[in-house]
Amino acid sequence: MLAKRIIPCLDVKDGRTVKGVNFVDLRDAGDPVELAWQYSQQGADELVFLDITATHENRKTTIDLVKAVARQVNIPFTIGGGINEVKDADILLNAGADKISINSAAVRNPKLIDDFARAFGRQFVVIAADTRLVDGKQLIHLRGGRERTEIETLNWLQEAEERGAGEILLTSMDHDGTKDGFDTTFLAKVNAMVHIPLIASGGAGSQQHFVDVFEKAGVDAALAASVFHYGEILIPDLKQTLRTAGVVVR
Amino acid sequence: MIGIVNYGAGNIFSLTAALDRVGIGYGMVNEASDLDLYDRIIIPGVGHAGAAMEKLVQSGLSSYIASLEKPVLGICVGMQLLTSFSEEGNADLLKIVPLKTLHFGGRVTEKVPHMGWNSIQIQNGSTLFQGIEDNAYFYFVHSYFIEYEADFTSAVCRYGVDFSAAIQKNNFYGVQFHPEKSGKDGEQLLLNFSRI
Repeated sequence: MLAKRIIPCLDVKDGRTVKGVNFVDLRDAGDPVELAWQYSQQGADELVFLDITATHENRKTTIDLVKAVARQVNIPFTIGGGINEVKDADILLNAGADKISINSAAVRNPKLIDDFARAFGRQFVVIAADTRLVDGKQLIHLRGGRERTEIETLNWLQEAEERGAGEILLTSMDHDGTKDGFDTTFLAKVNAMVHIPLIASGGAGSQQHFVDVFEKAGVDAALAASVFHYGEILIPDLKQTLRTAGVVVR
Repeated sequence: MIGIVNYGAGNIFSLTAALDRVGIGYGMVNEASDLDLYDRIIIPGVGHAGAAMEKLVQSGLSSYIASLEKPVLGICVGMQLLTSFSEEGNADLLKIVPLKTLHFGGRVTEKVPHMGWNSIQIQNGSTLFQGIEDNAYFYFVHSYFIEYEADFTSAVCRYGVDFSAAIQKNNFYGVQFHPEKSGKDGEQLLLNFSRI
């Protein structure tokens, strides 16, 4: 059976991981490649790298990072941040990235999704979306949640799928950073609507939260950052908890 | 040494990186005469099967591949190319293994693409899977699948339907999953291929 995926997310700035990391065995906690390797050894199913300061100037740093990860890590990974045109994505995919994620750029220019799907196949195209509840409506937010749009999240995700997205990474800004659990209610709604894999993000604080998001929302994967980086949740323990709860994991 | 068919269908960086990790030597096959330089051949491939077949034909390599007697391993779309036909682009393929490549869409209620780690059931102990446990997980990303057929299917996977996770006919092998992204078991499979 297809296993539910656990995905640590690493925020990268100028080729270094930024969020605090609290692993015992790390020689260099700021080295995303070593961190990625550690996660792959622990049983992470996939990795997401978010280049939070992606600009034209440090694009080369990002490409070098992608190559280094592809050389050393034997699980798939996605890279996101600052990808605005087919050319950007082409370079990253040729450097060994398995998928690229686009967020604001796709909202500003939805045709980008069609272009990417045609150029690389839809399985390479992850649509990352940040959603927040405003006056009873889930609305798409840009720039890490700082900029609100009037676009309803469900409508946007449906459009993204129709245009050729291969996967959705949905972050609930209301839950992100709270450690109170994923937004299982809204994620369940999205999951019932889309026909492509859905990655849940935002709110992971305990192992039970992962059980809940798989059981209640039925999502395909769950992503988290700090609970993994600070060692609050160890992936082998989490996998065991999920297995005991009857969730299929690798 | 493994020759990698370099016909422009998808990036091969991940594949060469995996071969580097396990210490298998490789080179590129750009034209027909290069096929003689290696004792086994890998056909990689991602993206659209019909488009990949067109590129293989344009490379001038397609007519030589079927007559190879050394071990050949197709990966993902590279595996699908070994079959007769794909619904992706309604394309005629190499016809080495008499099977069809079909679309998941309309045939299963599961989400498409089939993306992630799925367990496989190894059939009749193919040498490709030596040292790999039955029901091991491999990483899949695909929207089209090769039908199950007892004679040629060497590993089965289930995703709404039973399909061929791996096929074999004589010296031709194919895997639908990505061994270069499938952790230790994937690396073991590449090692096994290098020793066939």
